[in-house]
Amino acid sequence: MPEKILDVKNLQIDFNTYAGEVKAIRDVSFHLNKGETLAIVGESGSGKSVTTRSIIGLLAKNANVVGGEINFHGENLLEASEKDMQNIRGNEISMIFQDPMTSLDPTMKIGQQIAEPLIKHKGASKKEAWAKALEMMKAVGIPDADKRINQYPHQFSGGMRQRIVIAIALICEPEILLADEPTTALDVTVQAEILDLMKDLQKRIKTSIIFITHDLGVVAGMADRVAVMYAGEILEYGTVDDIFFDPQHPYTWGLINSMPTLDSDTLESIPGTPPDLLDPPKGDPFAPRNKYAMKIDIERKPPFFKVSDTHYAATWLLAPGAPKVEPPLEIQRRWKKYALMKKDHELVSEN
Amino acid sequence: MPEKKKILQVKHLKQYFKNGRVTTKAVDDVSFDIYEGETFGLVGESGSGKTTTGRSILQLYKPTDGEVIFEDKNVENLKSRDEKLKFRRDAQMIFQDPYASLNPRMTVEDIIAEGLDIHHLVNSKEERRQRVEELLEEVGLNKNHASRFPHEFSGGQRQRIGIARALAVQPKFIVADEPISALDVSIQAQVVNLMIDLQKKQGLTYLFIAHDLSMVKFISDRIGVMHFGKLLEVGTADDVYDRPLHDYTKSLISAVPIPDPEIERKRKRIQYDSQKEEMDGKERTMHEITPGHYVRCSEDEVEHYKEVAASYKK
Repeated sequence: MPEKILDVKNLQIDFNTYAGEVKAIRDVSFHLNKGETLAIVGESGSGKSVTTRSIIGLLAKNANVVGGEINFHGENLLEASEKDMQNIRGNEISMIFQDPMTSLDPTMKIGQQIAEPLIKHKGASKKEAWAKALEMMKAVGIPDADKRINQYPHQFSGGMRQRIVIAIALICEPEILLADEPTTALDVTVQAEILDLMKDLQKRIKTSIIFITHDLGVVAGMADRVAVMYAGEILEYGTVDDIFFDPQHPYTWGLINSMPTLDSDTLESIPGTPPDLLDPPKGDPFAPRNKYAMKIDIERKPPFFKVSDTHYAATWLLAPGAPKVEPPLEIQRRWKKYALMKKDHELVSEN
Repeated sequence: MPEKKKILQVKHLKQYFKNGRVTTKAVDDVSFDIYEGETFGLVGESGSGKTTTGRSILQLYKPTDGEVIFEDKNVENLKSRDEKLKFRRDAQMIFQDPYASLNPRMTVEDIIAEGLDIHHLVNSKEERRQRVEELLEEVGLNKNHASRFPHEFSGGQRQRIGIARALAVQPKFIVADEPISALDVSIQAQVVNLMIDLQKKQGLTYLFIAHDLSMVKFISDRIGVMHFGKLLEVGTADDVYDRPLHDYTKSLISAVPIPDPEIERKRKRIQYDSQKEEMDGKERTMHEITPGHYVRCSEDEVEHYKEVAASYKK
């Protein structure tokens, strides 16, 4: 049984706005196992960023945590004092933000920025911290590190800046790294380099990662487990193979189906737009856009149904006695592939 | 099969920007043709010059050198006001950022009808309103949206407004500069499908600029790959993706994440070092390796690329 390093239970967060209370996170529960990468996928406004920000205590002022727990080392982070959070942030739990252009201080040498967490959290001397910063810069693949340690952020390209941000986040060897769309602002070739770097460093310092993205391609390459979020709820979660080859929720079907693969000739889009969370839907939040929706989807929120020990989905389609529906062709193709993969796997384990 | 008509010819286009003593060669000797009714995809990383190419074609910048020939006329030499207006009407643009490209102080009706007014395509207020409503419905919006302001719409809806604006003057050719990169995955597919539908109905020609390679492959008939201001490879979408010739194209394709964990586990990335080509001082131009598939190379590299192309046939 893998060790749970972080356990989020029934998280509920509202935002007070002029228009009213936006129910951004509605009863979200998940956990993070030690050493794994959990990807949270969803569209903008699905609540994936808010969820991770709540872990590290960086919610906006108008946010209101209505309920739930975030357990880390036997402590509920939602009840921790700001002083405790300051000790945890950048030390035990770090975060990488989407935009490497704005997450660095333009007036500070990058060496100082990388060394700062060590001085603050680990009580390192300036000299020690500087030496470690240099080492870290080399580890994240910044060429001419001994020269560039004295430079300022504007002297670096986007990809290099994101490497610096990663160096800052990892210098205290945190137990958990929260990465909020860390490669969305980068070119594909640079993205591929950064993702390889993150995987490499994860192995070396044995950190657990929560990776937020809307790019299913990135998820397929990075994640051990995946949670699919929509309208402030998790609709389906499982291992990366569960989600990509045996998806059960129509929203997951729609997401996978609306990405062109390099050899597809049709593209199916999900009609409509996500619901307004000022007035969240009563039943399955995806029901209004779901062509497979039944009457009960609109009236009652589906519980999580178990697909396998690792895989759960909140859709009435999995209820006993639910009508069998035919998923999109691409999903049928993936189901078939999964069945074959499982068979192969069984054959291998038998021998 | 009748010869396809070239709607646009770009010949040795150069666009340099001077910044003090430094000259940036944003587009450096780029040539390609676009045929009537097709979608030509232009891919490349940020800074490769793909957006600048699109803008130079529409004369949003004055090209440093080279020719842009639209329907057999060099667009730089258009003399009369009528000719210039006609080009501005025939060639339209859809911009990347649907939040920045719509005037927040104008109603949707005024945004869409601006072109109609300039080109005197409507004669009365009623006709104007009616045409705007038609356009809104064409792009999948509600006709009641005409009196609203841009901030009342989501990103995908705004991009639809941008498309309606481009369509209003019944253009023949549209430059779409990263029209979907600011949108969510499920909305991207909606906008791309809309663009394909409109193309089928109205016989439009697109220059589709993007960095999302899988989407470009999906929408394009032919694709050009740009890197550091130079066009490195041109071919049909299948040629470029399945039978890439240039090492840079190979490295770019090998970096595209695929939504399939099994493929991702086996991924092998191909590295590309642009220095090698830059430094040897050989003159490189476009050479046709297989019919319709061009790569930028020197005379003595042609044989090598022919071998590469032949190796795909096995």
